[in-house]
Amino acid sequence: MADLGRICLPLALLICVYGIGASIYGVRSGRIEFSDSGRRAVYALAIVLSVAFAVLEIAFLRNDFAFNTVADTSSRTTPTFYRAAAVWSSQEGSLLLWAWLLSLWSSLALFLVRRRMRDIAAYATAILLGFGAFFISLMIFYASPFSTTNPAPAEGVGLDPLLRFPTMMIHPPMLYSGYTLCTIPLAFGMGALLARRVDADWIKAIRRFAFAAWLFLGIGILLGARWSYAELGWGGYWGWDAVENASLMPWLTGTAFLHSLMIQEKRGMLKVWNVSLVLATGTLAIMGTFLVRSGILNSIHAFGGATLGVPFVALIGVLIAGSIYLVVLRREMLRSQHRLDSLLSREAIFLGNNIVLVALCFVIFWGTYFPLISEAFTGTEASVGPPWFDRYTVPLALLLVLLSGIGPVIAWRRATFANARRNFAAPLLSALVTLIVLLAAGVAHKTLAIAMFCCAAFVLGSIGQEFFRGTRARRAMAGEPLPLALVALVRRNRRRYGGYVVHLGIAVLFVGVAASSSFQHAVEQRLSVGSSTHVGKYTVRYVRPTATITPKNDAVHTGSTLNVGAVLDVSKGGRHVATLRPSEGFYDSGEPAQGTVGHLIGGQAVSHISMSAGVTRDVWTAIAPDISTPALQRIITIGNRTLPADQGVVALAVLAREYLKNPPAAQFHFIVSPLVMWIWIGGLIVLGGGLIAIWPTPSAVRRRVTMRSRARAAHGLARA
Amino acid sequence: MNPSRKRTVRLVVALSAAVLLASALIYTSFSAASPALSPTQLVRQAQPGRSYQVTGTVVHGSVRHAGNELDFSVADRAGGTAIPVDYTGTVPDPFREGREVIVTVQKHGGHYVGERDSLITKCPSKYKTAPAGEKQNY
Amino acid sequence: MEIVIALVAGLLLAVVVAVISAPLRDAGRPMSDGEQTQEASQQSREDGYEHAELEAARETKYREIRDAELDLRTGKLSHEDYEAIDSGLRGEALEILDRLEALDGRSGASSEHDKAKPELEG
Repeated sequence: MADLGRICLPLALLICVYGIGASIYGVRSGRIEFSDSGRRAVYALAIVLSVAFAVLEIAFLRNDFAFNTVADTSSRTTPTFYRAAAVWSSQEGSLLLWAWLLSLWSSLALFLVRRRMRDIAAYATAILLGFGAFFISLMIFYASPFSTTNPAPAEGVGLDPLLRFPTMMIHPPMLYSGYTLCTIPLAFGMGALLARRVDADWIKAIRRFAFAAWLFLGIGILLGARWSYAELGWGGYWGWDAVENASLMPWLTGTAFLHSLMIQEKRGMLKVWNVSLVLATGTLAIMGTFLVRSGILNSIHAFGGATLGVPFVALIGVLIAGSIYLVVLRREMLRSQHRLDSLLSREAIFLGNNIVLVALCFVIFWGTYFPLISEAFTGTEASVGPPWFDRYTVPLALLLVLLSGIGPVIAWRRATFANARRNFAAPLLSALVTLIVLLAAGVAHKTLAIAMFCCAAFVLGSIGQEFFRGTRARRAMAGEPLPLALVALVRRNRRRYGGYVVHLGIAVLFVGVAASSSFQHAVEQRLSVGSSTHVGKYTVRYVRPTATITPKNDAVHTGSTLNVGAVLDVSKGGRHVATLRPSEGFYDSGEPAQGTVGHLIGGQAVSHISMSAGVTRDVWTAIAPDISTPALQRIITIGNRTLPADQGVVALAVLAREYLKNPPAAQFHFIVSPLVMWIWIGGLIVLGGGLIAIWPTPSAVRRRVTMRSRARAAHGLARA
Repeated sequence: MNPSRKRTVRLVVALSAAVLLASALIYTSFSAASPALSPTQLVRQAQPGRSYQVTGTVVHGSVRHAGNELDFSVADRAGGTAIPVDYTGTVPDPFREGREVIVTVQKHGGHYVGERDSLITKCPSKYKTAPAGEKQNY
Repeated sequence: MEIVIALVAGLLLAVVVAVISAPLRDAGRPMSDGEQTQEASQQSREDGYEHAELEAARETKYREIRDAELDLRTGKLSHEDYEAIDSGLRGEALEILDRLEALDGRSGASSEHDKAKPELEG
C-alpha cells in the first residue's frame, strides 16, 4: 500500500514541474493550449494527492503499523474517530494535508476563472504549483508520510491524548484551508503584476479568493480559541501564543485588504498598498505554517523537526524578495489615478481601518518574533508576555470597533458634514446610555471594559439606524410590508448590509471578550469530599469522587486506561445551578520499564474539564486529582511486583476502588466568566454577515439591473 | 492651503505619528521582555526583582505539592545546576518529571518564585526511536 | 497485492496524462474554416481582456450609482451633494459604455455571448 503512496509523490512533483513550464510557456508564447494544459495540471495534482491522502487515511483506519507515521501517532486502542484525525497530527501527515488542500482549492479557483484572465491565471497557476512542488519536495526528501518499517510493529504509540478532542477533527483542516487559500490571492496578485493588469476584472476575482481565505482562516482561529477554552485545562481562549498570533496576522492583513480593495475599485487609488497587502497576507500565511513546525519559537504547538527550518526560511526569503522586486518593477502601472476627495468620506474611514489593522499586525508581529529580534540585537533571547500584547492591542481594538461604527454613517466619496453630524445622534445616544447604566452599576474602575461596551453600543446604534433608515426608504419606494422590505433591502445591497452584520458580529465578539476578561472570577482550591468554596456569587461543593478504568468505560471516549474525577454541585443563593463532572484521564505509555501497572497510567495525563455554559456566564472547572498518596502508590508498586505482564488492569481496579473509598483531597480550578458565549455567537454573526456580503446575486437579477442602469445612465446624460 | 500641500501635511503628520508609536512599542518591548536563560545562566546572572524566563528539565523526584503551591526543581537539559522554583497557578496537562518546561521566575533570596500562570510545558517529542528491523526510508 | 497497486498506479498515470494533454490534443486537430492566425488570435485575446475589464468597470460604476442613491435615501447626503456625485458617476458610466460599444464595433462580436458565460459576481 505504501508503494502506491510512494509513487504518488514523485508523480505529483513531476506534474507540478510540467504545469509550471506549460503555464509560463503558454502565456509567453500566446499558445493558450499550453496555459490550459498547465491549469489542468493543477486538476491532475488534486487527483494524485487525493489518492495519496486516501492511502494514508486508509492506513490509519486499518491500523497498518508498517507505516512509520501510523505507528508513531495511532494505536489499536485509539478510538476510530481519533485515528482518522491522527493523520494530520504528525509533521508528514500535516504536510500532505497542506499540499492536498492547496491542490483542491487551487483547482477550484482556477476552474472558476478558466475562461477569463488567461494571462494572470497562467502566472498564478505557475506560482501555486511552485508552492505545491515545495511542499511535495519536503515530503519526498525530509519527512515522508509513506516511510515504512519491516517487519511492522504489532502496536503503535497512540495518538497523544492531548489531541483527543472532537475539535481536533476540524480545527487543522479549517486552519490549513485558510492558510492555503491565502496563497491563491498571492498567486493572482503576483500574476497580475507579471501580466501588467491590475484592474477591475482582477479585483472581481481576487475579492472572492481573499474573502474565502478570510472566512476559513477566521473559522480556524475561532475553532482554535474554542478548543483552547472548552477542552484544554487552562480555561482561557487566547494566550498570545506564537502559533495563535501566526494565524491571526494574515487574517488582519486580509481584513484590511478586503476594505482597501473597495477604495481601489472606486477611485483607482492604493494600488501599491493593495498588492503589498495581498502579498503580505500570503507570506504571513506561509510564515504561520512554518512557525508551527519549526520549533524556533517557544510554543505549546511546537511540532519539532528543526530540519525543516532552512527550506522554509529560504521560501519566505524568496517570497519577500520576489514581492518587493515585482512591486518596484511595475511601479509605473501602480500609480494612483485619483486622490482622496475628502477626509469626511467612507474611503477615508476605510483607510483609517486599514491603518489600525496593519498597526495591530505590526504589534503582534513584533511581539511574536521578539525572541529572534532581541537575540539578533542583544545576543540574549528574550520574550514578551500577554500583558505587553494587551497593552497595545486593546486600545487598537477599541479604535477598530469605533471606526466600524463611524463608517456606516458616512457616505462614499464626499459626505455632507451637516448630515453626518445629525446622523451621529442616535449612536452617540446609545453609547451615552450604556455609559450611564454601567456607571450606575458600580463598575467605574474597569475603564477598558466600559470603553469597549460603549464603543459596541455605538456600533449597535449606528448599524441599527442604517437598517431602520434603509428599510424605511425601501418601503417608501416599493410600498412593501416591513419584513419583506428588510429582506429586499439586504438582498439588493448585499455587500453593504452583509458588511454591517459582520461589524455587528465583531462588536458582539469584543463585548464577550471584554466582559470575560475584566469581570472574571477565578479560584484555585484544594478540596476534600463534602467541602465547598465560593467563586464569585456561586458556591461549589465537592459531592463525591468518580473513578473508571479501561478504555471501554471512558466516559469521554478518549481511550484512557484510568479516569479519576469528581462530581460537583454548583449553586447560587441556595438554588442549584448545575452539576459538573471534571476528570483527569491517564493513558498507557507503552513503556514496560515503568512496570506492569505503572505503564498503564504512566503516559500523558489529560485534564477533561467540565463546564456549564450559559447566556450570561460560563462556570468552568478542572480537577487535578492526587493519585500519588502512599496508599495508592503502594497498590501500584505491589501490582508491578506481583502481577503478570498483561494483568495490570487488576491493580487499576483495586486502585479505583480505593480512591472511591478514601478519596484524598484534590486540586480544583474554578472560573466564572461572564458573557463568554457571546464570543462564539459574535463569531457566528460575523460568518453569517460575510456569507451575505459575498453571496452572488442571481444572474437574472443582475441582467435586469444592468439593462435598467444603462437606460438610466443614458437618460441622465440626456437630462444634462 | 492648496489641496496638494494639505495632502503633504497629512502624510507627514501620519508618518510622524506612526514613527512615534513604533518607537514607543519597540522601546517598551525591550524593557518589558524577560530574557530566556538556562538554570546555569540564571544562577550566574539573576538579579532580584527582575523577571527571567528559565527553560530546563524538571528534575526527577523534585515535584511536591504544598497546598496550592507547586514546588519543583529545574535543571539544564544536559544536567547540571538545578534551581528550586515555587510556583502557583495553572499547571499544564503535560507537566511531569523529566519534561521540558518554560517558567517565568523572579529571584527571592535562595528561591525562585514563579510568576502566576506562566508555566509552559513543551509537548513531548513526537519522534520515537525506530524499532529494530529493516527500515525503508524515502 | 502488488498487481493491484501496479494497476491502480497505471490507471492514475493514464488519467493524469489524459487530463493534462486534452487541450494539447484539441489544438493539434486540423484547423476548421475561418481559424485565425497567431497574431489575430492574440489581438482577439487582448480585446477579450479589455472587454472583460470594461464590463467589470461598468458593473462597478452601476453599483456606485446605486450606492449613492442609497446614501441619499438614508440621509447621509444632501440633495446638492447627491446631484453632483450622481451626474459625475453617470458621466463616467457613459464613458465606459461608449468604450464598450467602440470595442464591440471593432471586433464585430456581440456582447451578449459574454453574459452566458459563468461569471463571478463582483
